[in-house]
Amino acid sequence: MEKYLFVALFAPIVGSLFSLLFTARKKNVITALVTSGLLLFSFVSSLTLLFAVHDGLVLHVKLMDWISAGSLNLPFGFIVDNVSVIMMVTVTLVSSVVNIYSMGYMAHDKGYNRFFTYISAFVFSMLILVMSDNFVGLFIGWEGVGLCSYLLIGFWYEKESASWAGNEAFIMNRVADLGMLMGLFLIYWQFGTFSYEEVFAHVGSVNVGVVTTIGLLLFIGAMGKSAQFPFHTWLADAMEGPTPVSALIHAATMVTAGVYLVIRASDLFMLVPEVGHIIATLGTFVAVFAASMALVNRDLKRIIAYSTLSQLGYMFVAAGLGAYWIALFHLMTHAFFKSLLFLGAGNIMHAMDDELDIKKMGGLFGAMPYTAILMAVASVALCGVYPFAGFFSKDAILAAAFNGGNFYIWFALFIGAGMTAFYSFRLIMLVFFGDKVYKKLGFHPHETYPFVLWALLPLGILSTVAGFFEKPFEEFVTKVLDKYEFSMAHSTELGLIFLTSGFVILVIVATIYKYAKGGFSKQLETMPLFLLLKNQYYIPKLYEVAIFKPYYALSRFAWKQIDVRIIDFSVDMIAKILYRSGQQSRKMQSGNLSDMLRWMVVGIVILLAIAIFYRPMV
Amino acid sequence: MFETVAFYTFSILVIGMFGIVVFSKNALYAMSALAGGMIFISGFFFLLGADFLGVVQIVVYTGAVMALYAFGMMFFDATRDVKENIRFKKIIYSLAILSAIFTIFILMAPIYSMRIEAAYPTIQGVGNVQMIGLLIFTKYLVPFEVAALMLLAAMIAGIVLVKVKIEETPTNIEVARGEK
Amino acid sequence: MITLTHYLVLSGILFSLGIVGVLRRKNLLMLFFSTEILLNAVNVGFAAVSKYYGDLSGQIFSFFIIAIAASEVAVGLGLLVLWYKRSGTIDLDSLQMMKG
Repeated sequence: MEKYLFVALFAPIVGSLFSLLFTARKKNVITALVTSGLLLFSFVSSLTLLFAVHDGLVLHVKLMDWISAGSLNLPFGFIVDNVSVIMMVTVTLVSSVVNIYSMGYMAHDKGYNRFFTYISAFVFSMLILVMSDNFVGLFIGWEGVGLCSYLLIGFWYEKESASWAGNEAFIMNRVADLGMLMGLFLIYWQFGTFSYEEVFAHVGSVNVGVVTTIGLLLFIGAMGKSAQFPFHTWLADAMEGPTPVSALIHAATMVTAGVYLVIRASDLFMLVPEVGHIIATLGTFVAVFAASMALVNRDLKRIIAYSTLSQLGYMFVAAGLGAYWIALFHLMTHAFFKSLLFLGAGNIMHAMDDELDIKKMGGLFGAMPYTAILMAVASVALCGVYPFAGFFSKDAILAAAFNGGNFYIWFALFIGAGMTAFYSFRLIMLVFFGDKVYKKLGFHPHETYPFVLWALLPLGILSTVAGFFEKPFEEFVTKVLDKYEFSMAHSTELGLIFLTSGFVILVIVATIYKYAKGGFSKQLETMPLFLLLKNQYYIPKLYEVAIFKPYYALSRFAWKQIDVRIIDFSVDMIAKILYRSGQQSRKMQSGNLSDMLRWMVVGIVILLAIAIFYRPMV
Repeated sequence: MFETVAFYTFSILVIGMFGIVVFSKNALYAMSALAGGMIFISGFFFLLGADFLGVVQIVVYTGAVMALYAFGMMFFDATRDVKENIRFKKIIYSLAILSAIFTIFILMAPIYSMRIEAAYPTIQGVGNVQMIGLLIFTKYLVPFEVAALMLLAAMIAGIVLVKVKIEETPTNIEVARGEK
Repeated sequence: MITLTHYLVLSGILFSLGIVGVLRRKNLLMLFFSTEILLNAVNVGFAAVSKYYGDLSGQIFSFFIIAIAASEVAVGLGLLVLWYKRSGTIDLDSLQMMKG
């Protein structure tokens, strides 16, 4: 089975290296075909591994020794177990779909070949992250996806906003990665190894305070990658990148890496429920906080981005409460419907010449019915309506919150679910129904290529039916992860389900009704609350005032005062001294033999003096 | 007693002679004084029991070197006073004295700490010339032959340099070309 | 009683006389004379050390120094004559071609 593992892992990088050869050339369909083929290949291998793992196999291979220094022995080891194989399948599936989709989406872009290079490189990094059997391998993948994310956000680097967003994402992640790195150092310091297996085997025998610190530091890294508060601003700005990138990286895979880390290190987090509680609380906060920003935003992609943030919050709640399999389940279903949502948004953007303001759309259903249906499916799944995928996973999270006795978390998530329903259907209604505003603005939307729609179909199907795999999924994953016991009565659970579903459906119906009637009045937009939400709680402003500007001033000071006045000055000084001394000593070279003799004798006297008076230190 | 008298006499003579060499304005005087000084130096050698060296000193310096200088002088106008513009007198004297002091210091230091031992001690009853011959043809044979070769080369060089017609030197040819 | 120190002091005096000559004189011929003085000063020192330590190496060394002095004179005088033919002077200040 090892060869499947290696195929799954290395097929993407082969594709990436292949299309790398064409990056400087004109558009060449071969790059897209080859990378798509190799990604599909990788997907098939992952699927094969999934079945093999289901039959009880756990692959643990060591490719080669990587670093052997002193007591540190780091192999390039990979592990395929019940958790990582789920991630592998999800990642390769979504990336294959996105890659095929991009053939249509990027068809007229001049960075066509480059795009596929980055996407495949990203998939490779993500697989490294997922499959590594030690923290360092995970970190390498972690940085790899960060790099690819940076490259892809800034894909249209000639746009200033895009390169700014790329830098923002990269720098924010770097700040958070410092926490992660310190966590890794602490792990090595305490356990003397980076291997998951050994670390988790000894984690119980270590001081609880240290484990708490490690947990917190790792979670800081996870916060950066998963864009949790206060590192959340980069995700919304990352929408500057091409839409398939948003679907793949900033919805389905990379941003969930933080959740994956918490799930992977579940043995560690289990021991420190306080940290879990912090994670759950922060997740709850982000779930509601991000959803509230999505309520009023007019940017198509940003709405979905905030929705992603909010759903990541849900995942962290589940992971923080110890319901790791539920977190992973939501991660998977979310990957399906959120990438579908993004890709649908991509279709709309394409049809509308990259217009993003949803107020300028409306009535697009007639022009692009298939996209509309797919997006509606995805939205329903996101809201958690039976029988779509989101219903099962989200409900499980709510149930877990209620079960743990954390009623305030449950209530917040309950409200969050309502908000989700509202913003999802606000988007659907404004984009696909109502007045055809776009006609006034002179757009001519049209449905995209058929093969693109076909590529989306698997995601649409999975968004619909994935929920029914809840039980097998639980069994499959809990072979590795800890089980989560529901202690409440079955009737309570049912009641909760009905309550939530009822609430969500009510909100959906109300939203549809309200927007069918013409939406909210303009007066609302002047309310302080609306402005607060519209300006993202003024947090970007706050960062600008509190961090960017002082930092800019500091950098400027360092440049003007320290660099120019001290460092440059001293370097110039050395040059000047040398030059001056050269100018002065040039006179020695008068060419007059007598002068030379005199200098020679001076030298002799100095040498003699040294010979006599110099005593080396013994 | 004799040794003391001889040493001081020769010392005064040698210093006087060399003083004339260094400070005299007339080249002819300087050369004559140098020849005299050389002979007086050989007196020290005899005093020190280095008979062979003393003989060599007289033969080589007064016989060969000074003769060479004398012949060389014929090319130049020797009777005329040498005009020199001398600068930095204080520096020159202090440098000279300093370097002499340092050199002596270096020479004396190991002697006074009694750290040198005779590598080729003199043997009682064997004359100085015999001993030197013995050493030169055993231990110092290779340097001796090299010195012989060097002298030969120097002789040829001297002859060639003086004999070659000035027009044929490479530098001159270049100069001539440049003038054309 | 004359000791080694006497000879070495004499040698030092002669040496400084030689250096003064080298530094002071501008006439190339005088420069050669001064060089001879330097060499002879050293010879005296060597012979004295040889005597007082009963070691003949010093004398052998002096012997080679004399050989070197002879060669130096032969070549040096040849060059000097050549220079005189070219420039008509043997003043040191006429040798300025190596000015940097």
